[in-house]
Amino acid sequence: MKNDERLTDGAVETEEQRGGLSRRSILLTVGGVATLAAVSEVAAQPISERPPSASTGRVRLVVNGRQHELDLDPRRSLLDVLRETLDLTGTKKGCNQGACGACTVLLNGRRIVSCLTLAAMHDGAEIKTIEGLETNGELHPLQAAFVEHDGLQCGFCTPGQIMSGIGCIAEGHAGSPDEIRFWMSGNICRCGAYPGIVAAVADAAKGA
Amino acid sequence: MTTNVIGTPLPRVDGRAKVTGAARYAADFNQGGQAYAVIVGATVGLGRVTGIETAPVEKMPGVVAVITHRNGPRLPYAPHKSYIDPATGERLHVLQDDQVHFYGQPVAIVVADTLDQAERAAAALHISYTAERPLVDLADPKARPVVPAAGKQPDARLPADTARGNADSALADAPVKVDEIYEIARENHNPMEPHATVAAWNGNRLTLWSKSQFVVNEQAEIAAVFGLPPENIQVICPFIGGAFGTSLRTWPHVTLAAVAARQVGRPVKLVLTRKQMFFMTGHRPRTLQRMALGATADGKLTSIVHEGTGETSRYEEFMEALTSVTSFLYSTPNVQTRYRLLPLDIGTPNHMRGPGEASGVFALECAVDELSYKLGIDPIELRRRNEPAIDEGENKPFSSRSLMKCHDLAAERFGWSRRLPEPRSMRDGRLLVGMGMASASYPAFHAPADARARLLADGTAEIEVAASDMGPGTYTSMTQVAAETLGLPVERVRLSLGRSDYPPAPSHGGSWTMASVGSAIRAACMAVQEEAAKRPQGGRPIEATASAQRDPDVAARFSMHSFGAVFAEVAVDPDVGTIRLRRAVGAYGIGRVVNPRLARSQCIGGMIGGMGMALMERTVLDPRDGRPVNAHMADYLLPVNLDIPQLEAHFVEEIDPHVNALGVKGLGEIALVGMAPAIANAVFHATGKRVRSLPIRIEDVLTV
Repeated sequence: MKNDERLTDGAVETEEQRGGLSRRSILLTVGGVATLAAVSEVAAQPISERPPSASTGRVRLVVNGRQHELDLDPRRSLLDVLRETLDLTGTKKGCNQGACGACTVLLNGRRIVSCLTLAAMHDGAEIKTIEGLETNGELHPLQAAFVEHDGLQCGFCTPGQIMSGIGCIAEGHAGSPDEIRFWMSGNICRCGAYPGIVAAVADAAKGA
Repeated sequence: MTTNVIGTPLPRVDGRAKVTGAARYAADFNQGGQAYAVIVGATVGLGRVTGIETAPVEKMPGVVAVITHRNGPRLPYAPHKSYIDPATGERLHVLQDDQVHFYGQPVAIVVADTLDQAERAAAALHISYTAERPLVDLADPKARPVVPAAGKQPDARLPADTARGNADSALADAPVKVDEIYEIARENHNPMEPHATVAAWNGNRLTLWSKSQFVVNEQAEIAAVFGLPPENIQVICPFIGGAFGTSLRTWPHVTLAAVAARQVGRPVKLVLTRKQMFFMTGHRPRTLQRMALGATADGKLTSIVHEGTGETSRYEEFMEALTSVTSFLYSTPNVQTRYRLLPLDIGTPNHMRGPGEASGVFALECAVDELSYKLGIDPIELRRRNEPAIDEGENKPFSSRSLMKCHDLAAERFGWSRRLPEPRSMRDGRLLVGMGMASASYPAFHAPADARARLLADGTAEIEVAASDMGPGTYTSMTQVAAETLGLPVERVRLSLGRSDYPPAPSHGGSWTMASVGSAIRAACMAVQEEAAKRPQGGRPIEATASAQRDPDVAARFSMHSFGAVFAEVAVDPDVGTIRLRRAVGAYGIGRVVNPRLARSQCIGGMIGGMGMALMERTVLDPRDGRPVNAHMADYLLPVNLDIPQLEAHFVEEIDPHVNALGVKGLGEIALVGMAPAIANAVFHATGKRVRSLPIRIEDVLTV
């Protein structure tokens, strides 16, 4: 694993900064994806022009049940922190613009595109990624269903599809194939494994 | 002993790795101490770099290098071309001079300790240019077509011109004619995985964890660029996150990653942005085609004239099989094909799923559909009346051809008999309903390949080959071939792919992996069994490497192609022009099906790709500077889950004893070919409006 920033595993600190935006209100993946992407481009413009600074801030994240205390540049996305700092490369970067869903993770139990949110906004949050779904070596039912229904080909969108599918089921949006298709449309699969994805989510929803 | 595992619907052997995040793609190979590189692309479409203000950027936090043509290394760029590279022209030499050939061409690379630092520094790098207006529009009257040089060779695989009989005069004399222009937009592959390379030098040896459909050619190309022996380069790519052709060639970013890593003395990770993938890594070329058919009143084709033009770059002639299918899909005494290229100020296009055939078949199958209405003959019946006994272009028998069987099966499953022939005659409530169909074809290619098989003392086997799996299920289907040949349960076979030091395989594309690599694995497994029979195992592994290729005598005797039939139903809202694909059925004759579960998935995925081609996909260039204006996955429309209707894929029973020992013809490309014309023909049937330009958009049918 590579480290470009100080990272202390297991450190616990109870103080939480909750000012400003509510974590949960930010950038839910489903619905209005294009709008959110447009907003983020506008927002990104002044940042790139601002004189860069090396200042960092302390951020605590609980990822797959493991606590991390990180000193992070506040401008880093949650996705880049997961992949490049924590080496949790199961979460994929497909577009970095919130338009493809490959980076979907669960943040405090809700699905979110991790490329469009800053890690610093989520101090104290619990994050679940694809690496954290197995229990004692047993696949999560939705993981098993993806294999069974062949809901994947190249596999690159699959972690995002599965995390999104878990969110979709938890939201109560998996009641019918049509409903699943609608609420899973934020996750693009260029190989076209969509029928298998719908079947897998429907199957797992039955047991949920 | 046999396990009869070929033909069974085995779940993917790499399924668990892919659903747990354990499968590692290029950008997942983080290396200790790695730096991050970001490419800065030209913001003009044609011109020259006149200034680069590197000094302020070099002082930015974390920046370790800013590399440009002024301070970067002069690279040897020894000659190297594989069959996947254009035969004519020379690849882009990156950061070697001040010339800008197309918008987005790499002009600098910024390397920093972290990705964010590199991105910010790249955004801050100020570059000045002298700019001219580029020519980027295929239809611009200033654009001049050329005859592709490689197509003029006497033994050209893709001849620029082909002729039998006298098509022009037969067309003039034909009682019934269709003569139309068809246009297909520039499309980008847009695999989910962006191109990525992690480069690490150890002295004069280089390891590249790099997204590639052709690791042995990436090895050879980078060796040539840096003037090193190929054995100094190791390319590793166990998984590909989709590619559809975009990773067949080794593009300049791989060179840039290696340049950066050498310059900073650390491993470097370089991942292209989604936007960069719209101009740096090839695209399906925009095409214009004239398709002219002549026929008798009872529907016998007397002439086909097919003239196709595709865009290419100024520095390479990219050719594809745009006009190839026309000579053999139907029986007719007179055929003329002419293939031309239009050099523009763009990056070189490349193969995209069903390259050439998908575009050419669109024009041919729409024209045949148009002819069917002119003649008042059912479109399936029209095809039946022109079903050839042999390949009339090559004057050879087909090794197998199940086209009409495919039509019959698909028509029955689709319920074609319920279709009312008259356009605009079928409705569902206020929606206009249309049914259309098309034929599909793609060559059954086969390339020489090697593979290694190793029997271990514990009763398991290892197979190694430098092939790839971009999603079709190569790991699984090849495991089945090995297991069946060795007489082992699939659990006891471990297959390893995607390393350039494994026995060489051809490019993972062109629907030839199953035939080529499958045959090599079969040969290696048979060779290792022979070896094992000669001596007692004694605890040591027994190993054999073998090659396989198509028997040239058989190849000379037969014309080898897959065929298929695609049927589609659309619903068009007559008030607002929205087009929905409601269902589609494909039937394919592809020889032996190694894994029906995966083959079905691959076909449905190809049909979805064809749906994108028909109704959504189009990269639009700004004529002022060649900038793609919709270089974003929300603006480049492609099918999402809610777009997907009921899709069925079926396979006709087909035994082809000639193609190869496995009897497989390949599936990846033909799954896409035929879908776009079937949808376009359904849109005509629904609306009475013939749209000859892809993608078909709302405004195309609004003027009904």
